[in-house]
Amino acid sequence: MEKKISILVVDDEDSVRDSLSIWFTEDGYRVGCAENATKALSILESDNYDIILADIKMPGMDGLEMLRRIKSLNKDSIVIVMTAFATVDTAVKALKDGAFDYVTKPFDPDDLSHLIRNASKQISLVQENDTLKRRVDSLDNVEDLIGKSESIKKVLREVESVAPTNSSVIITGESGTGKELIARAIHTNSLRKFYPLVSVHCGALTESLLESELFGHEKGAFTGALYNRKGRFEMADSGTIFLDEIATISQKMQVELLRVLETKSFMRVGGNKEITSDFRVICATNKDLKSLVEKGIFREDLFYRLNVMNIHVPPLRERLDDIPLLVEYFIKKYCTSMNRPILTIDAAAMRRLLEYQYPGNIRELENMIERAIVIGNGKKIMLNDLPIAKDVIESNVESLDDFEKTFILQILNKYSWNISRTAQALKVDRVTLYNKIKKYGLKAG
Amino acid sequence: MNSQHITLLTFGYFDKGLLEEVAGAVSREFNYPVICRDIHIDLSEFYDAGRRQYNGDKVLKTVVSKHDYDSIKTIGLLNIDLFIPILTYIFGQAQLGGSAGIASMYRLSNELYGLKHDVGLQKERFIKEVIHELGHAFGLLHCHDVVCVMRSGSYVEDIDQKSKDFCQNCRRMMESTVNPS
Repeated sequence: MEKKISILVVDDEDSVRDSLSIWFTEDGYRVGCAENATKALSILESDNYDIILADIKMPGMDGLEMLRRIKSLNKDSIVIVMTAFATVDTAVKALKDGAFDYVTKPFDPDDLSHLIRNASKQISLVQENDTLKRRVDSLDNVEDLIGKSESIKKVLREVESVAPTNSSVIITGESGTGKELIARAIHTNSLRKFYPLVSVHCGALTESLLESELFGHEKGAFTGALYNRKGRFEMADSGTIFLDEIATISQKMQVELLRVLETKSFMRVGGNKEITSDFRVICATNKDLKSLVEKGIFREDLFYRLNVMNIHVPPLRERLDDIPLLVEYFIKKYCTSMNRPILTIDAAAMRRLLEYQYPGNIRELENMIERAIVIGNGKKIMLNDLPIAKDVIESNVESLDDFEKTFILQILNKYSWNISRTAQALKVDRVTLYNKIKKYGLKAG
Repeated sequence: MNSQHITLLTFGYFDKGLLEEVAGAVSREFNYPVICRDIHIDLSEFYDAGRRQYNGDKVLKTVVSKHDYDSIKTIGLLNIDLFIPILTYIFGQAQLGGSAGIASMYRLSNELYGLKHDVGLQKERFIKEVIHELGHAFGLLHCHDVVCVMRSGSYVEDIDQKSKDFCQNCRRMMESTVNPS
């Protein structure tokens, strides 16, 4: 239900208070009256009014003094001053002191309605603004970044420290680890959060397309350029540009990008006008950029320009503690979007999810959960609903020893038969591991 | 049939035909019998020479004082330019949920706005204004329905836009005020 707007009428004349009170009550507003400024201030201490309509000339404290005091209590209060003796000086003074408007008594009924309508509109705008700000602020929590493991906590601490700065950031991590989410978290926690976050997937575009995408183009710049088009750098003005898969861009684009990063100005393809844009750049890659620099594939100067801060997102297999939380999050997400009751997960299915190595990282886990919800029985996610259940079923394991043998061999292969690392992964000592290799006759290759 | 009635209080301005039309419309809209009472009052005491208008607050007080308690509501019908101290003019006013109201024909004529004389239109506006003020006296607030008679209006064009009937919502509220269950 819509909140009733409240109006406090402050005037030393009974007739004015009565008339306005009747007028506003008939219009459905909640109305209060005070015969002087002191009374009004005392009313405002205990009761909130959206609009204060106050006479300037009153015995004792005048309306202007009252206006200053009200504003010092609540700067968002809407105070409209009225007077029978209009002078430009008083009007300017009142407006400078924060009055919303100024009217001369007597006023037309329509002016009064307009005045209150405008003030009500202002109140709605302030409320709407607050709501939107709260909504944007709620993104600060970045609820998509799920996890309680030390490694993800470290990432979040880094996000927190780098976000309020203007520094360039490179986010590294395997495919599917959530690098774009980290970029969004940085943006939504930065001072640029009210401006756009513009994402460009560099790997998906050819050199010429990427050039036109980033810098925009003028009509007729190339076949098919039927209209002028803003580039992503221009769109990201005052905001952030996120360049995903930065390692894939060509040498020519690397030079262009370096120039833009240094000057924050560029020209559209086919254009001759210099355009400036104030953007922050965040890049992501699943490659080791430093080794690409060493091999001469990626420009060193660009690398250092981009790599002011580096945030590494760990692969999911290094943050297994987060799997139950992620599973719960994805179940909730997909059940809600599919309009289904929230499912639970069977213990065996969860055990399997905890064992798996996730080469596709969180994206793979997310897809698995979505698929399981689609194909499942609608009550509980079972082991058979997971595509990775097959590995267990098809492994021809018939005894516990068989299982141990297969599992140890799998881990040894994973660590290229590095005994120390395998023992560490299996949480056994090296001697135990050697004994097991001997017992099962395991061999490399 | 209600034993109470609505009183139209006049001060000698209105011809019988007009009063009968107003009375008929009021009676249909409120479902009360309507009686007309003409009294003599010296309106000059309400005249503000500085504003060259009549003080609506004072006129309303006088009408309230003339309210007869056999009557459920009394509305004073006038043909003078009314003001209240804070506003440059009013078409009428009423005590919200009280016993009386006033309505004036003066600002409802086309000639005042440089338009062609139209007696029928002025009468129609007046009937709407009388019903509107009586609605306030019955406790109704302004309504957002564009054609409801309780819609607020600062100009004659606003009055022309609305009908002389209550919207369903206002009618329901009116009926619950008159016959509380």
